Amino acid sequence: MSADPPDRSITRRSFLKKTALAAGAAAGLISCNPVVPAGRRKFPGRIMGADWKTGHMLLEGRKTAPSATVKTGIVIVGGGIAGLSAARELAKNGCGDFLLLELGGTVGGNAASGANAVSAYPWGAHYVPIPGEEAVFTRELFRELGIIEGYDSKGLPIYNEFYLCADPMERLFIHGRWQEGLVPNIGISGRDKQQYAEFFGMMEGFRRARGADGRRAFAIPLELSSADERFRRFDRMSMRRFMSVNGWDSEPLLWYTDYCCRDDYGSTLDDVSAWAGIHYFAARDGRASNAEPQAVVTWPEGNGWIVRRMAEPLHDRIRCSSCVLNIGRSGSDIATDVFDSRTKTVTRVVSQAVVYAAPRFTAMKTIQDLRDRPSPYVKDFGYAPWVIANITVRGIPAGKGAALSWDNVVYKGESLGYVDAGHQDISYYRDKTVMTYYKPLVPGDPAAERKRALGTGYDIWAEMIVRELSAIHPGIEQAIEELNVWIWGHAMIRPVPGFIWGEARQAALKPLGRIHFAHSDMSGISIFEEAQYRGIMAARAAVNSV
Amino acid sequence: MAYALLLSVFIISTCGLVYELTAGALASYLLGDSVTQFSIIIGVYLSAMGLGSWLSRHIVRNVITVFIEVEMLIGLVGGCSSALLFTLFEVSAYFRSILYLLISVTGVLVGLEIPLIMRVLKNRFEFKDLVSKVFTFDYIGALFASLLFPLILVPYLGLIRSSFMFGIINVLVALWALRLFKDEVRWAKGLAGTAFFLLALLATGFVWSGSILQFTETLGYKGDIIYAKTTHYQRMVLVRDADSLQLFLNGNLQFNSRDEYRYHEALVHPGLGSIKEPKDVLVLGGGDGLALREILKYGTVRSVTLVDLDPAMTNLFRTHETLVALNKGSLNSPKVKIINADGFVWIRENRRLFDFIVVDLPDPSSFSLGKLYTSTFYRFLDRALAEDGVIVIQSTSPFVARKAFWCVVNTLRSVGLETTPYHVYLPSFGEWGYVIATKRPFVMPDRFMPGLRFITPETAKAMTGFPPDMGEVATEVNRLNNQVLVRYFEEEWARYVR
Repeated sequence: MSADPPDRSITRRSFLKKTALAAGAAAGLISCNPVVPAGRRKFPGRIMGADWKTGHMLLEGRKTAPSATVKTGIVIVGGGIAGLSAARELAKNGCGDFLLLELGGTVGGNAASGANAVSAYPWGAHYVPIPGEEAVFTRELFRELGIIEGYDSKGLPIYNEFYLCADPMERLFIHGRWQEGLVPNIGISGRDKQQYAEFFGMMEGFRRARGADGRRAFAIPLELSSADERFRRFDRMSMRRFMSVNGWDSEPLLWYTDYCCRDDYGSTLDDVSAWAGIHYFAARDGRASNAEPQAVVTWPEGNGWIVRRMAEPLHDRIRCSSCVLNIGRSGSDIATDVFDSRTKTVTRVVSQAVVYAAPRFTAMKTIQDLRDRPSPYVKDFGYAPWVIANITVRGIPAGKGAALSWDNVVYKGESLGYVDAGHQDISYYRDKTVMTYYKPLVPGDPAAERKRALGTGYDIWAEMIVRELSAIHPGIEQAIEELNVWIWGHAMIRPVPGFIWGEARQAALKPLGRIHFAHSDMSGISIFEEAQYRGIMAARAAVNSV
Repeated sequence: MAYALLLSVFIISTCGLVYELTAGALASYLLGDSVTQFSIIIGVYLSAMGLGSWLSRHIVRNVITVFIEVEMLIGLVGGCSSALLFTLFEVSAYFRSILYLLISVTGVLVGLEIPLIMRVLKNRFEFKDLVSKVFTFDYIGALFASLLFPLILVPYLGLIRSSFMFGIINVLVALWALRLFKDEVRWAKGLAGTAFFLLALLATGFVWSGSILQFTETLGYKGDIIYAKTTHYQRMVLVRDADSLQLFLNGNLQFNSRDEYRYHEALVHPGLGSIKEPKDVLVLGGGDGLALREILKYGTVRSVTLVDLDPAMTNLFRTHETLVALNKGSLNSPKVKIINADGFVWIRENRRLFDFIVVDLPDPSSFSLGKLYTSTFYRFLDRALAEDGVIVIQSTSPFVARKAFWCVVNTLRSVGLETTPYHVYLPSFGEWGYVIATKRPFVMPDRFMPGLRFITPETAKAMTGFPPDMGEVATEVNRLNNQVLVRYFEEEWARYVR
């Protein structure tokens, strides 16, 4: 896209001329930039992410004997949103005696982020919808961080306008052009429209619905949802089945709902519980004084912005590059052995309680009791693998139709498309930006996809991503300055049918002595509000248990 | 020789179809509505071919000579057609008529080719073989062209160069035929000379097609271009026409020296003239120094900060003799500090207070410009404004874009500012709107400095009245997260220029 032309006056002639020149320029552009043969990369990049290093650290650490012992009140394992929320909760309530142990080099977990000279960019979670009625913790946090600046006379929160996602928010590449919004509206039939109306009408009904217990049918945090069987029964069927029992077979509608499932849960219509699928549409009821109800807050670095502000006041109690080897007993206390991958030393941290805020599947490896008596529910915790790429480009990716938006999706595309990391930039002129490309690895078996992804080299990923983007932005390869890839082997918990309201999650939620489980895994859906809720609740339980 | 002629059937039918497709594509680009354009072009072209075939019966002698002449004519007309049409689109009001005339001429000439060539070949084959062979090659040529055009020609050569290239091929066919039949052709030397001249002409066109495209751009301006430059941010073109000087940015008129004083007097004096002792002034945009010229007429003003994104713009208006004469050297005044920065980024960092703030930015025609009209931006303006200061904002045409204009007013009100909208008539632009925003109620001055050419207490008073066709309408507030202003603006201007 060229800079938007400053206008004081538009005449028909100048408008038509622009079109003609654009046509000529397009023809010229292609002739100047012949397709570069595959295999000859012109840009630097590498694979990020550290899944493969963990096993190595465990092996190395277990060979080392603890060289020191320290005591603390509470140990928090994991520095993602759940762990940071737990730490913040402890600090707020005068229980400052804790240590947060993070495996990676920095905190953030799924809200990891990076930056280069052009922009900061997310390596994972990149927005939070404005919180609704039940998301009290999120609203409190937003007020503390200045995301909510105050309240108007009606009590509605006033959001910082630099953080509210700027317009235009979403566009969809369909039938060769970009349309505004993600629900397909080009080339759809009357029948499609009819089904859209039915589907969105039903979702709106669910948004307002309350169960016999007076609670909202679908709430965030989901623990506060109604227990009414009228709604919970949806957890026992797949979203695909839910669509089909309602007689919805419209291709664009099925594509859209499948896209939403892949976007929020990293899984297809077939693998997502209908309760979770409906939750995506019906749970968000946030309102604001200065934004539409479906608004979201976002930053160039995504939720990394929140992470930095949550972690700042806690920095002296956060230990990064700390691989937990074992959580066992030490008399009446809990002994956590930690391997510091920088100093190559092992420390024993003795505490009265533990908040386990790392992904739940890792507990089977680190907690002594779980290793001795494996839980029969281990297999029910399944994780979706994802690939994220950050692509720095010269020029701004435009195309025919709607202008570059925050979220740019391709109808029936292999990936989820890309987010413009520079979207919140207020400058008039941008000559470069970073495109954050998201791709859940579906529809194959997650374990097989994970293995394949980790075994795939950089060149193949780069080639695949560039080829996919070239279909919507011809010639983009010439504009790429850098392309990095992050492979998340266990990106998010999969809310498969039966998981959210089934036994496995309930069993896994129970504390093991004074080890309390946090993490969004414990909710079954991987969103900011759930991670935060689990972290705060586990911190409170830990305080109560000592 | 017979097969050589059949090969030429293949070539000329390829050329013929390429001209047709070129015309169709060009008409779609320039006029829009590709289905209509392609249908009409194909219809006109085919019927013209029919006319050509019918006309061929009137050619009784020297068939081969006429064939060679026809080839050269097609080369000339078809070859130059794209360049001609692109150029004429800018200058002619009869573009459609010229388009269809050109298509018809090409069609008639192409329609002559096959009948003529069949007559040349009639003694060399049996009739059934002749028909079968000629049409086979004709249709293969058509297939070849229809694949070549979208896959190779448009993407790699572009329309103008493709036309020139196929013009050259037609002339080469003529030269080849000339060689084959050199004993039967009259004035062979003269024809050959003409052919080489055409070849040179078309080859020049092929090589210079890039410049032709640029030249067509300059034809959009009436008058002489005295300065043109593509900067990092925009294309600036300065045009002199008779005694007036006009500045275009990306093809859009920014001012005409004949009536710019109306725009700039109306922008500056109502606001600045209302302040008792204005000292510090901020101008956002306005890199032409013309608003600045008006501001510097106030002796009490001790400092003006001008924030304009494009250094090429402020440098040009600081150094170009004619322009310095126009803005009275305002950008070189020691009171003026020029900052080449993004307006939003700058005001967000700014902590200074100003008595008078001029916002002279381009209309909100895109999302990146729409940000400069949001409640968030206005909150920063409010923060930078002294307690009894005045902000003035150029706010597009309240006649053409009524909702857009009142959206600016409502957005200013939403951040707690008092507003005084007004409008003036600018011959070069039409009805134009401004909004004054203040922290306290604004009173229009009843006296202005002497020497103004447009603003008087009477004109100033008349400016604040809005007739019903531009009267206030309810709108949403323009925010970063809804950009409603850009949507209003696009909709209203699109309706106006249609």
